[in-house]
Amino acid sequence: MANFLKEREGQIVTKSKNSKDLIGGRPSIAGSVSQRACVFCGSRVVLYPIADALHLVHGPIGCASYTWDIRGAMSSGPELHRSSFSTDLREKHVIFGGEKQLYNALNELIDKHQPKAAFVYSTCIVGVIGDDVQSVCNRVAKEKNIPVIPVQSEGFQGSKKDGYKIACDALATLIGTDNSKEVSPFSINILGDFNLAGELWILTEYYKRMGIQILASITGDGRVKDIQNTHRAALNVVQCSGSMIHLAKQMKEQYGIPFIKVSYFGIEDMSDALYEVAKFFGDEAVQEKARDLVKEELTNLLPALEPYRRALQGKKAAIYVGGAFKAISLVKALRLIGMRTVIAGTQTGNDEDYKLLKAICDDGCILVDDSNPVELSEFVQQTGADLFIGGVKERPIAYKMGIGFCDHNHERKLALAGYEGMLNFAKEVHDTVTSPVWRFVKRK
Amino acid sequence: MLLRHTTASEIERKALTINPAKTCQPVGAMYAALGIHGCLPHSHGSQGCCSYHRSALTRHFKEPVMASTSSFSEGSSVFGGSSNLVSAIETIFTIYDPDVIAVHTTCLSETIGDDLTQIVSKASEDGKIPEGKRVIYCNTPSYIGTHITGYSNQLASFVRFFSTATPKKKNVVNLVAGWMEPSDMREIKRLASVLETRTIMFPDMSGVLDSPLTGKYKMYPDGGTTIPDMIATGDSKFSIGLGAYCTEDTCVKLESKCKVKFEVIEIPIGLKATDRFITSLSRHANVPVPDSITEERGRLIDFITDNSKYFWRKRVALYGDPDTLIPMVEFLLTLDMKPVYIVTGTAGKHFDEEMQRMLKEKAPEARFKSGERADMFLLHQWIKQEPVDLLMGNTYGKYISRDENLPFVRIGFPVMDRPGNNIFPNVGYIGGMNLANKILESLLNHYDRTCKEEKMELQM
Repeated sequence: MANFLKEREGQIVTKSKNSKDLIGGRPSIAGSVSQRACVFCGSRVVLYPIADALHLVHGPIGCASYTWDIRGAMSSGPELHRSSFSTDLREKHVIFGGEKQLYNALNELIDKHQPKAAFVYSTCIVGVIGDDVQSVCNRVAKEKNIPVIPVQSEGFQGSKKDGYKIACDALATLIGTDNSKEVSPFSINILGDFNLAGELWILTEYYKRMGIQILASITGDGRVKDIQNTHRAALNVVQCSGSMIHLAKQMKEQYGIPFIKVSYFGIEDMSDALYEVAKFFGDEAVQEKARDLVKEELTNLLPALEPYRRALQGKKAAIYVGGAFKAISLVKALRLIGMRTVIAGTQTGNDEDYKLLKAICDDGCILVDDSNPVELSEFVQQTGADLFIGGVKERPIAYKMGIGFCDHNHERKLALAGYEGMLNFAKEVHDTVTSPVWRFVKRK
Repeated sequence: MLLRHTTASEIERKALTINPAKTCQPVGAMYAALGIHGCLPHSHGSQGCCSYHRSALTRHFKEPVMASTSSFSEGSSVFGGSSNLVSAIETIFTIYDPDVIAVHTTCLSETIGDDLTQIVSKASEDGKIPEGKRVIYCNTPSYIGTHITGYSNQLASFVRFFSTATPKKKNVVNLVAGWMEPSDMREIKRLASVLETRTIMFPDMSGVLDSPLTGKYKMYPDGGTTIPDMIATGDSKFSIGLGAYCTEDTCVKLESKCKVKFEVIEIPIGLKATDRFITSLSRHANVPVPDSITEERGRLIDFITDNSKYFWRKRVALYGDPDTLIPMVEFLLTLDMKPVYIVTGTAGKHFDEEMQRMLKEKAPEARFKSGERADMFLLHQWIKQEPVDLLMGNTYGKYISRDENLPFVRIGFPVMDRPGNNIFPNVGYIGGMNLANKILESLLNHYDRTCKEEKMELQM
């Protein structure tokens, strides 16, 4: 590892009895080929699944282009979120300000599409030229009589994770502004599922079978009115803790709604999530239904997984994903199908997350924060991993090294959540690791 | 209907771009920089820009795309990004060891007024640039022009920093490549070698963004224009620029710096544009056109003739970049098709004039628009007003294609839902056959699936 910078010490740890804890949450070093994105990206990916809202990117065209329908968040109704709206700021706006452009754009769009709310995303340049986005939003909100919410997501403020928090702040302004939905005593909000590949619909089905009402999903397949009503739910169930924990804490403080952190990936975590929710309500019938559900699902799933587990026994996996919570679930899910995690890294984990991650990894596992292609490819070579789990930028690197790849990020095409998702995951991992094409590649 | 919000009647729009047919400068600069061997593109701005551009290029090419970033913070946006860039240069040469760093700016670093010349010379004075290594740079503010402008600016920087004239010109022709695929560059180089000419192509993404799977990850793949070749472009006797929007500025700069005369022609998409390319190359390299090229040409004409009845009068809507659209429209007219709606987000008179000239007689009903609000929303509205038979453009057309039940040929950037464009060329006579064949496949597949049962035929 001679090539790695001294500054990166502390962000790379090989697990052993005496190994130090991994340090998370550091800003990236200038000049790194970081796999991380910016604040705007974080806010945009969190909010854009709200399908009946208008999402207007206030900035030069690129920011809207690159996030146009960026992660395949599905909607069961409106599809307004899948279009890309931009104020397309030009040089004259940079010099004279873009407020008028923003005002006109909002008016044109709201007249045309009649959205239930509008989100206005600030990009780097808006922060620098000093447009007063808040006052434009206030003015339009008053004139059009819908919530118009500024998302203060100037890219330079930090990394993607900081954008999550800003998105939560924007959501908080919507919450508590409507009371018209009917609420059952067993009601929850799902926080932090974005309905990639229709995963939310799988979860909805489980909760329905338990007799639980999902008052709102934030934000997968999201609707403005549902979100306005979220303050009336009995419980917040938070997945993808990185993106939504801030909102859950805020709602606890403001509305007294307790929250639990869950993950829907893998058998253990999925079942725990359902049990935890059932336990919260303390109702025997609900708990009974949860037990029945888990039993029924596992009766089908476990035998179905068996052939994959046999084929994958002893194979090694590398994980490099956005958040640490997902990494932890993946280590467990991989273990279930006989695989050992030899590299576990994330873009946005913090010190606490990494303690948990380290605790569940085997000795010899390399833990890494904010890595780059040079490190990752070297780790793969050192450990002889057979599989890489990551996102769009990691896929071709893994393939070039002649190993399997599974996208656990925006480009998943099969649902990976829930019991059904676990089977999909096993299939995908199996098919990529055992692909006949690897016979034609000599690994170096 | 994914785009159910689109109406046929055009609404008055002053301030709004919907579903853009363009993106911003830096991604063009990043793409162009990858065409220099051993070069690491560097984005001087926030992390997100670099991450987005890498993702966009990776999704399109299905290849690793490397680039570094200055990782701006709140502090750098207030006090300037100078120290970020200086330390980035040091970090990059220490860990990633490229031969060249190609810095481009972003809207953020432009607006706060970072002066790259000053910063890079400071890095040099401070000894941050190792012996034999280079740091080049260009300005690519995102709020001016489009990705095409960024590509052009990056090319011009290659000339500025590398091209050098010695007293003696060589019998070499520069091929200044506009925005096209690695496959297209490979095909153009093949044609040049069949003509037995000595050429230097720059930039050259073949071997970079279509690299073979070897079992080893190479941060700097084998392809790309080498630095010695890039320096030698100043000694070539002529330059052929392929695509005015991407290459004209660079050709002009090379002429004024090194006295290399030039001609700018279209990217050789289609029969006529390829004819012009072959003619230009043969004239300026002073070589005859070999029979094998004439045969390739004949095969393309044969292909068109054999299938002409399926091309006749078909109405086509297309969108993308002007350097691609101009020869594409010309080729569609060669096929006797009717390009009726054409939009590009890149503004420029040349496009408007060429469209006017080509379409005036052959498709007087055609509508075209470039620049502000020439977006896919507008294109879709036109299609709703009077339908077309075929849609051509990047992946973002798939929503329109589905909603309007249109055959769809994917070409341009980005295409992230189908592979192939970086492998199979669209340029030259062979590329022409490939492109015409894609159009035909798409039209006939659509017909076979949607025609009435009694109209279904075996032979076509």
